Amino acid sequence: MQAWWENIKAQFDLNFIQRSRWRFITTGLGNTLLITLLALLLGTVIGVIIAGVRSTYDKTADGARPSFGRKVLGFFNGLCKVYITVLRGTPVVVQLMIICLVIFSWSDNGVALASLAFGLNSGAYVAEIIRGGIMSIDNGQFEAGRSLGFNYLQTMWYVVLPQVVKNVLPSLMNEFIALLKETSVAGYAAVRDLTYGGNTIAGQTYSYFMPLIVVALIYLALVMFLTSIVSRVERRLRSSDH
Amino acid sequence: MTTDALIRVENLEKTFGGKIHALNGISAEIHRGEVVVVIGPSGSGKSTFLRCLNLLELPTGGVITFEGVDITDPKVNINIHRQKMGMVFQHFNLFPNMTVLKNMTVAPVKLKLKTREAAETQAKQLLTRVGLADRADAYPNQLSGGQKQRIAIVRALCMEPDVMLFDEPTSALDPEMVGEVLDVMKQLAREGMTMVVVTHEMGFAREVGDRVIFMDSGKIIEEGTPEQIFDHPQNPRLQEFLGKIL
Repeated sequence: MQAWWENIKAQFDLNFIQRSRWRFITTGLGNTLLITLLALLLGTVIGVIIAGVRSTYDKTADGARPSFGRKVLGFFNGLCKVYITVLRGTPVVVQLMIICLVIFSWSDNGVALASLAFGLNSGAYVAEIIRGGIMSIDNGQFEAGRSLGFNYLQTMWYVVLPQVVKNVLPSLMNEFIALLKETSVAGYAAVRDLTYGGNTIAGQTYSYFMPLIVVALIYLALVMFLTSIVSRVERRLRSSDH
Repeated sequence: MTTDALIRVENLEKTFGGKIHALNGISAEIHRGEVVVVIGPSGSGKSTFLRCLNLLELPTGGVITFEGVDITDPKVNINIHRQKMGMVFQHFNLFPNMTVLKNMTVAPVKLKLKTREAAETQAKQLLTRVGLADRADAYPNQLSGGQKQRIAIVRALCMEPDVMLFDEPTSALDPEMVGEVLDVMKQLAREGMTMVVVTHEMGFAREVGDRVIFMDSGKIIEEGTPEQIFDHPQNPRLQEFLGKIL
């Protein structure tokens, strides 16, 4: 027992204390959080726009008059469908590598590129979550809004979206928790995130156990913290369910 | 045809998916202050007819003139005209995330027709009239079906419409709640509101209706006063329909 404990202490000292290797963990954690946050923002913007286009097209399909505006909307709807198919149909790590190593190979701002890659990817998933939320609202709500004289956008804004937000908030937050874990593949494009940091330490010390366990524990702590927030939000939403 | 019709419908047609003919050339007039009741078997197109009047369903043919404006013209801003056409749905369609008061005031306030104070004052007066003054801060799922439908009616009234369209307003209600909703509608009729009512409530049609329209397979088969329709039906299909339900 004594020997085991001494070994752990020595491992810890080697992997984190010596040559200030703990900095790989802290900078990596900082980058992971930054990438997740930026990707979250980008993904939400993309998701809202795509969901808006897709559901507007679907919602107004019945009885729409053929017009130029309808054709333009149809074009963008097709574009959004292709976007969703491609971004959901290929592995995020491949998308990341294409963005970092092919499209923006001239740039070495790994954090920004990773944020872009994960944001583009997340946008496709967020779009489908929000669109599902919009389509799940009873059509009678649209009709009631329209019958009171609201136009399409006003009906969306004042009547439908407040109900959608409430419905999709937990799924969205879960999507973002998944996003946090997904960013761990950023190292494939030499982006110095948390996992990459642990891996770097292991590469220097030739000991994998300690750095990887610590990395795993940090992810676990973050996810557990975020999950507890989601369940609190879910409880709040339920209690305000009238 | 006279010219003082509030709503005039000429040769209205509606097909769904190019195949199903819901309406086959409907022509009708609704005059100010008139209560028109539309009856007919299910699938006869009566709800579609009503929903075409405020363009919730876009007609595939024909012309609808409301207050002198052809609202089927694509250049017309239908939202302006819908403000003057209140609608009450079979399934109430109250906004579940808003209180009763908010349900009633959201449209006039957000459309900048009234200040919040004015809208709330008016909403409370209307609630008092339908006996629901104490439910202003309740949410729809705290209300009974009959209460919901009465709220839906006064919500539409908050827009101060020139006509009220009722799409089977009592069909989703438990039988003991039908009366309270019909009472509100009768009161509205007495006050001179122009109403178009799609319903299966023949008692209401006979008592309140100025004119009854019988529809079947997308056409108006017969129309007339309640006495003509119910006591002296001419068309065999109307006779058969009345024989089944009365």
